[in-house]
Amino acid sequence: MPTAALRRPALNVSVGPYLAAGIVVLFLGAFLVVPVLKVIQVAFQDPSSGAFTLVNFQDFFASTLFRQSFYNSVYVAGMSVVIASAIALPLAYFTTRFNFSGSVIIQTLAFVPLIMPPFIGAVAMQLLFGANGSVNLLLREYFGITIPFMKGLNGVIFVQSLHYFPFILINLSASLRNIDRSMEEAAQMLGSSGVRMFRRIVFPLAMPGYIAGASLVFVKVFDDLGTPLLLNVNTMLAPQAYLRISSVGISDPMGYVISCILIVFSIFAMWVSFLGMRGKDYSTTQKGGGGLSRRDLTRREAVLCYIVVLLILALVLAPHLGLLLLSFGTVWSFGVLPDGFTLAHYETALTSAWGFIQNTLLYAGLAGLIDIIIGTAIAYLVLRTNIIGRKWLDYMAVSALAVPGVVLGIGYLRVYYGVEMPLTGQPLATWWGIIVIALAVRRLPYALRSCTAALQQISPALEEAAENLGASKLRTVRRVVVPLMVSGLVAGFVTSFATAAVELSATIMLVSSEKDAPLAYGLYLFMQSAAGRGPGAALGIMAVVIVGLATYLSHRLVENARRNQAAASAPGGGH
Amino acid sequence: MPDIKRKPYRTLGLGVAAAALLAASPLYAADDKLVIVTSFPSDLTDVFKTAFMKENPSIAVEVVNKSTSSGVKYLIETAQNNQSDIFWASAPDAFEVLKGEELLGSYSKEVDGIPADLNGYPINDPDGQYLGFALSGYGFMWNTRYMDAYELPAPKEWDDLEKPVYHGHVGISSPSRSGTTHLTIETILQGEGWEEGWKTLKAISGNAKTITERSFGVPDGVNSGSFGVGIVIDFFGFSSKASGFPVEFHYPSVTALVPANIGVVANAPNEGPAQKFIDFLLSEKGQALLFDPKIMRLPVNKNAYAGAPEGLPNPFDGSIETKVNFDSDVSEQRYNVINSLFDVMITYRLDDLRNATAAVQAADTALAEAGSGNAEAAKLIEEAKALINALPVSAEEAADPDFNAIFTVKRKEADTKVEGRQAEIEQQWDAMVVENYRKATELAEKAKSLL
Repeated sequence: MPTAALRRPALNVSVGPYLAAGIVVLFLGAFLVVPVLKVIQVAFQDPSSGAFTLVNFQDFFASTLFRQSFYNSVYVAGMSVVIASAIALPLAYFTTRFNFSGSVIIQTLAFVPLIMPPFIGAVAMQLLFGANGSVNLLLREYFGITIPFMKGLNGVIFVQSLHYFPFILINLSASLRNIDRSMEEAAQMLGSSGVRMFRRIVFPLAMPGYIAGASLVFVKVFDDLGTPLLLNVNTMLAPQAYLRISSVGISDPMGYVISCILIVFSIFAMWVSFLGMRGKDYSTTQKGGGGLSRRDLTRREAVLCYIVVLLILALVLAPHLGLLLLSFGTVWSFGVLPDGFTLAHYETALTSAWGFIQNTLLYAGLAGLIDIIIGTAIAYLVLRTNIIGRKWLDYMAVSALAVPGVVLGIGYLRVYYGVEMPLTGQPLATWWGIIVIALAVRRLPYALRSCTAALQQISPALEEAAENLGASKLRTVRRVVVPLMVSGLVAGFVTSFATAAVELSATIMLVSSEKDAPLAYGLYLFMQSAAGRGPGAALGIMAVVIVGLATYLSHRLVENARRNQAAASAPGGGH
Repeated sequence: MPDIKRKPYRTLGLGVAAAALLAASPLYAADDKLVIVTSFPSDLTDVFKTAFMKENPSIAVEVVNKSTSSGVKYLIETAQNNQSDIFWASAPDAFEVLKGEELLGSYSKEVDGIPADLNGYPINDPDGQYLGFALSGYGFMWNTRYMDAYELPAPKEWDDLEKPVYHGHVGISSPSRSGTTHLTIETILQGEGWEEGWKTLKAISGNAKTITERSFGVPDGVNSGSFGVGIVIDFFGFSSKASGFPVEFHYPSVTALVPANIGVVANAPNEGPAQKFIDFLLSEKGQALLFDPKIMRLPVNKNAYAGAPEGLPNPFDGSIETKVNFDSDVSEQRYNVINSLFDVMITYRLDDLRNATAAVQAADTALAEAGSGNAEAAKLIEEAKALINALPVSAEEAADPDFNAIFTVKRKEADTKVEGRQAEIEQQWDAMVVENYRKATELAEKAKSLL
């Protein structure tokens, strides 16, 4: 296992990094720190006098309910990481290790759980796994038993693991693909193989990707609001914050106190994962063949692999299957399947949805692009330069995970509604661009994790070589670093894009006219009435298909690029 | 080599640029525009928008849909540079909040056929800042397939839902999440009195399967069959049935009919069109649109009922019995205390309450089966019930303005004294409630073991 300390290129006195850092700080300051501080300052105010105080934090720790919520959140987040890993490991391993037909499709399909449209996903899950859902209705009819999949904290862990395991899968796969084949060959020559080699060589080398994914799952589950709310579990921190902030009439400072605590704890968790990686060098200088050597499977092994993969896929795609049934079903109520099937919901959805779809592609695409640019900048500053406070850039960006969408939305209105747009005089907060920025800020941590993991695997020696040959810093980044990071970047873009496409909590605060509204808002419109459930599901399916296609295409692009590169490097390659 | 690798970006960039061109929409300024912020689904708003624009082709109506609480927060945050003309939502308390912030303009016109009040509840705001446009009452809705499968009888009155047979089959929302649920709770408290009312509420909630996070969660749960009976506002029941779900709706005798509202936003940029829209909404023609099968709400205009569809009750001819005369002053006084009390005693401690309720129900059943009567067990059960029903706050305290001020950030009057903080008070309540539920469970189990 490589243990040499991370090497950095010698300190380079130049303004470039500081300029980049300045731009990033300006962006995060204007669109994350200031708006959030503007809202959560209430946490530090005495509710009666408005003076500065810490008494609200004292109240937090004095409250049994809040302490219990805190433990519940930590427990659920930890268990979700364990179960998500159990789902992601075999999928990542099979698809990168073996010549497995349809690997690209599995990589794409396994990514789909992340694209779970709000509200409608909840209904689909209840219809399938709820106490009176399809599975339990069947179990009761044939075996007289029911399984409480969706009950209490275990329900939350179940749903969260299914929803967020792609974070681990994507990052781990990207890492596995970047492992230098020569490491593996060396191990083989020294007599290692099978499980032992995976445990001692492959997995440790893929560690940056795994840690990036796992810490993301932990923090995301810890801060996640949607799932506990859909299961009506209140005794966790994020729902407690949300319920107290968004209740009609009550303005309890505790909601904002909890938001502060969520932010601090998320940064703490990221710091711990950073500590775990410190002192280890995961970079390899060779970027030749790319990834582990792929082995052909025997017929028996292939069948076995297929069974495992299909079982996992069936489980994780069940919610989407439910959604599909819902979108084609007439009435589905207390039954294993809908009463009948129809295409009418798609017709209803399509007549109103085209504008929403266009907006969503534009907003989520721009947000994903902003995210990988800023993500690469931050990753580079953190790992490759010595500028002061560089790690805080990372923490600042990651803290966005812990900011409830409602808080960000209110913050934007508070800071930018008074600012007028040049030319039109329209308030800045009502411009559609502000929705893009909100999405970019909220999804930046996803892209950042992928960018960091990708950069961690590239040896600084390659950059040194480029610089020794006379390339400027910027040119080195552009011609050497970014091309080598490409699969990590695409992973980051796709994660940001796909999750931004179905985000609702911040956008609903910021949408000021229907023509600027994204798809999630259209879903929200449908999901407020009994008649809207079918069309809502149809719209949800369209969202999943569009985002799924976009994902598939980006995987194809990466694969093609890789193949071309492999072909080009083969004659002079060192393998 | 790197050139080949950079290609994906170029393609990606092109795609995004193309999408940008595709979605860029021209900015235009129409002379007559109307911006409506609403919490109503497009099923409702589209009908009125289309009909209104047909009568007034020069006015371009723009509907902005937000949940009630986001809508209120949106108007508050955007007041400095207001672009919205009308706020249109169910819950009267949302309008009270806006009124308190001085964010509502006024509309005062007499409309023929709309009375001043219905059983004591004023249809329009007495200060003329917001108006009722449709009436809603609370009741139960149930899924007939679910009831058949579990062999449950259809409930008729609130206390039917207290029966052990409904344990784990009921769904309800929380008053702090849903303005309309707040009204139901207040109606029960006013109809049955403070102590008795809470007893009913706790007994029903003790049978709850879930406390949903938004109002629509309840009809949604009943429609999909995740629970059997839901406490909902009438149009959720009517419109679900009209959409084909196997559900029924029933008004219990203790119910109140309350108006859903509309108001002009203060400093509305398009004041004229806004007034015109409200005129239209309250006219007989506009009111009749409420009978659309996707809407199914009760008009406030008596004259509109001539064209009512079959099965929709007319509140003005007494077909809905309403025993409660709703006192909105009492309701307003203790508004926040009720929200907080319900969440501390019920929402956040639902598991504890449910366990205690189940234990007491089991002991009660055992006692009834034992027949001859076991005085000691009966006494233990009574003690357990008293523990569950104990309230940390009396009716007088709940109505005390000083005490209420703890739960609001904005003080109504500068000299209101505030002692204690919400979190501090809630922790005291929570400690008491959790301990009581635990003891009650213990006592009931002990009583059962005696039988």
